[in-house]
Amino acid sequence: MTEDIFQGYKGRSLAVLQKFNARVWAKVRVDSSRGVFEGTILPRAENTDDKHLVLKIFTGYNIGVDIQGITGITELGYKKAIYKIPEKEFPYSKDKPNVKLLGTGGTIASRLDYRTGAVIPAFSPGELYGAVPELADICNLTTEKLFAVFSENMGPDQYKKLAIAIGNEIEKGIDGIIIGHGTDTLHYTSAALTFMVQNSPVPIVLVGSQRSSDRPSSDAALNLMHAATAAAHGDIAEVMVCMFGPTSDEYGFLHKGTRVRKMHSSYRSTFRTIGDTPIATVSRQGVVPIKQDYQRRRTDRKVTILPYYEEKVTMIYYYTNMQPDVIDALVDAGYKGIIIIGTGLGHVNKPIYPAIERAIAKGVAIYMTVQTLWGYVHMFVYDTGRDLMAKGIIPAENMLPETAFIKLSWALGQTSDLAKVKEIMLTPINSEITPREPYNGYLIYQGGVPEVEEFIRKFHK
Amino acid sequence: MKQIFDARRNHAETQQKTGYVPRKNATQADYDRIGFMSGLEVHQQLKTKEKLFCHCPAGIFQKADDFDAELIRHMRPTLSELGEYDGTALMEFRTRKNIIYRIKNETACTYDVDDTPPFLLNREALSHSIDLSLLSKMRVVGEVHITRKQYLDGSIPTGFQRTAIIGIEGEIQLKNKKVRLIQLSLEEDSCREVSDIGHTRIYRTDRLGMPLIETVTYPEFKNPDEVKEGADYIRFLNRSTGKVRRGVGSTRADVNVSCKGGTRVEIKGVAHNSWMPELTHNEAYRQWALLAIRDLLLKSVKDQANWKIFAREAKAKDFKLENFGVPKNPTLKVFLVNLPGFHGILSHFTQPGKMFADDFSDRLKVIACIEKPNMVHSEMFEDVVGEKAWTKVQSLLGSKENDAQLIFWGPDDDIKTALETIEERCRLAFTGVPNETRKSFEDGTTIFERVLPGADRMYPDTDSAPIPLEDDEIDEAMKRLPKLVSERVAQLIGWNVPEDTHSYLLANNLVSLLEKVQVELKVPARFTSVLLAHTLKHLEGQYPSLPDFSYEKIYELLHFLVNRKIDPVIAKAMLFHLYQHPKMDFDSILITLNFKEVTRENILAKVPYLVKKYKEIRTSHDDSAGLRWVMGNLSKQATGNMSLSELSREISFK
Repeated sequence: MTEDIFQGYKGRSLAVLQKFNARVWAKVRVDSSRGVFEGTILPRAENTDDKHLVLKIFTGYNIGVDIQGITGITELGYKKAIYKIPEKEFPYSKDKPNVKLLGTGGTIASRLDYRTGAVIPAFSPGELYGAVPELADICNLTTEKLFAVFSENMGPDQYKKLAIAIGNEIEKGIDGIIIGHGTDTLHYTSAALTFMVQNSPVPIVLVGSQRSSDRPSSDAALNLMHAATAAAHGDIAEVMVCMFGPTSDEYGFLHKGTRVRKMHSSYRSTFRTIGDTPIATVSRQGVVPIKQDYQRRRTDRKVTILPYYEEKVTMIYYYTNMQPDVIDALVDAGYKGIIIIGTGLGHVNKPIYPAIERAIAKGVAIYMTVQTLWGYVHMFVYDTGRDLMAKGIIPAENMLPETAFIKLSWALGQTSDLAKVKEIMLTPINSEITPREPYNGYLIYQGGVPEVEEFIRKFHK
Repeated sequence: MKQIFDARRNHAETQQKTGYVPRKNATQADYDRIGFMSGLEVHQQLKTKEKLFCHCPAGIFQKADDFDAELIRHMRPTLSELGEYDGTALMEFRTRKNIIYRIKNETACTYDVDDTPPFLLNREALSHSIDLSLLSKMRVVGEVHITRKQYLDGSIPTGFQRTAIIGIEGEIQLKNKKVRLIQLSLEEDSCREVSDIGHTRIYRTDRLGMPLIETVTYPEFKNPDEVKEGADYIRFLNRSTGKVRRGVGSTRADVNVSCKGGTRVEIKGVAHNSWMPELTHNEAYRQWALLAIRDLLLKSVKDQANWKIFAREAKAKDFKLENFGVPKNPTLKVFLVNLPGFHGILSHFTQPGKMFADDFSDRLKVIACIEKPNMVHSEMFEDVVGEKAWTKVQSLLGSKENDAQLIFWGPDDDIKTALETIEERCRLAFTGVPNETRKSFEDGTTIFERVLPGADRMYPDTDSAPIPLEDDEIDEAMKRLPKLVSERVAQLIGWNVPEDTHSYLLANNLVSLLEKVQVELKVPARFTSVLLAHTLKHLEGQYPSLPDFSYEKIYELLHFLVNRKIDPVIAKAMLFHLYQHPKMDFDSILITLNFKEVTRENILAKVPYLVKKYKEIRTSHDDSAGLRWVMGNLSKQATGNMSLSELSREISFK
């Protein structure tokens, strides 16, 4: 394959480069109507226009030159940048637990190519050790890159592969597992793994970062250290999400995989346990349980891997004046399961009743969750709720919508017997339904109230 | 064994041997001899409503203890594109600082603390920076690329500053030479430091994110006065647009200095241009002194590659730290350190009143986070340790005659870094001048601040798209540009405006006001210049400024006087009241001054009577005393009604 010497340039800008025989990585002098510009031609990022040429000038800054005014380009030199992440051998010590990091892609383990702005995954133990040497004080780390997909592209295949890989590692005797993952759908994967990997003797910790690791203030390194601490030394042998507690660099939370949700598009402390407290806090000093009723670490290797998944399951977010054709279309498209995310205690309006009746008659499993996220579905309170139950919609208690969606996919992957599906759905595997909601399971304080402001002022956010 | 050594004398002798010349005696030949070279990076805040990448208001400030929330961050070094850690990065990482940000809801949002990605770049700031690039005769880029520039000291919560080049390759015209400009960038301002004690550094986030420009010159200043001239010029240029902020902290310059054989050292955040000559002078000579130290060490330390310090812990009770000004703290560890071959180096001259050993103390504070006082050494001007104790130290360390010793103390956790820091500073002395940034003081001296960041700390901001700058936009900007500062200076000279007023007029962007007054009101620019740069400047120094007062008031005042055919000379007296009561109308001010309109003839009619009177009462034959006496009687009445010089011409004793 011949090398692309005009990386990323297209249309008019490509024509100008070709005309003056100038290539990417060439050090050039550009004569233009706005004066002379000197620098190294950089590759052009995707999704940018074809009207500019990007130069790195000698001070290290990048600038764009308008191609319209360019009257000449003279090559003065050529130096291609090859970006390489330095590797240092990850030290092994007998007295430290062995932890496996399974990679899926995402920002926890990536580095920016400074010149092009592209993200390069830093992943091998050596690379990670180079970037976060403190890991070696916590555990012996090995890694395996299962796939490299963005968080939003995670799906059934990846869930199943992960579950199987985890099973293999446990059988081989690992002391803990970390899964590096993009944050957007982290809670879908954590729910899927809770159902697919049951009775694990060791911690399974999913971790991501809200700020990529090329940034000095990234949360990636600390999250990784927390995850390694929880996986290597923690006593909680469950599927957990490990992310920042406050936005400050202080401690992380370990959340149950089924009760956690991403609650802010960009905050570091975006992951919150909904309807309960997190299981524990974690810092570099260790794991401090908040709850006591968790699965303890064991020395046996008895784990159950259940990699099932039905893809014809969907979620619909109810909105006012929703029309029945939405549900009809889904049923006609062959969907076998629908999670409705209803208003209030779990409601939808009357006009869609016929569509629901039709769907139930065709054998579609329909479960109700709530848009409020906090609280239980409670369909006995109002007539609408009672009507809906009579039509065959099953309340999913206080299961989070995403968790219910994953669980229904997993249940329908095992059986099409709707009674069995119902049994699976309503029998909690790990707190996706809880029998009670503690008073401190719902805490969204509002700013402006003097005592809240006092609290915020006193404790690091 | 060798307390006969006189540190003061050594300091004076080395100062002389180094060839230090005080600035007042220094000539261009001295600067040429040491190869003085300097360049500027001038930071200027822009006047905009909002911050650069978010919608927080710009220019509202808080007191240090006024905050709604605090959050804590640590900065980790990230790898450069060559796979190396940056020098500053490593230093900052070693310091293991807890960085605390104080946030006030009014002035900072989740963007400021890096919990929300940037919003679109502030267009108002972009437009101002295009104007300033064009005024600096720069080539404006076709597309603005937002770049991240790493800062690991915590002054920016992201760990990098978003910055973008707007123009490159410009020039400024000084009195006798042109100085080329490298670039002008638009960037976000950093946090203001509240305190930095031990391992905790506290910042407030009010200033963070405010738009500023940085104008960078080539290192073409050849003496300290040129540096100031250049800094003044850039300041005047920035202000000539009326689009930049004024007041404390709105303009800060970093001054780069080197001497022949030295290296670029950056003096950070010089707040006053008037400090620059002394600072740059001393810095060039400091480097010159470090080169002399390097040459001495070449002789006294033979095997530099394998040179090591030797350190051992001592019993704290053997050295009463209270005697060294340290608060009682039983957890502090005390270490003795031998520096082989450094005898006579510790007290070597570096800057006026400073010696080489001062650098250790500064670095122990900055890098190892050990608060001062943190050490004593064997070549202090006042030996607080005592000869007997030094003899013991030397024997404990097995010191040789040519060695120097120091005693430092600090918390256990910081000892390792402290020892590394001491050894590192010594090793740096073998090669000469360390790459560093230094903090400036009013007396013209500097202290170590940080290791100078390398070039590899710049990378593209993946959160922001490039912004094209079309030709139309540049053409529009060209039309609204004010006159160049050099043209303004030429105008002032042409109007015969006194030179001592130039700086005030340019700094406050008042030349266009002079021009307007002269053209429209026919009041000479020379008169107005004195009214502004002497009378008004004096008032500004004496009384607080009020929001209702603006320079436009001066125009209105002169306009009023010209319309009423009152001689503008009275403006000087009126300004006294106007400045303190900007809302007062001009007629009322005249009443306050007891001004009465009297015709020229009526005033002149009184002259013969007064002349006669003077001749009756006079005690001397000096007519000039008589002139003063008559003027004294009439000037109050005449002021505003006729020109006083004309009046004095009309008084005759013949």
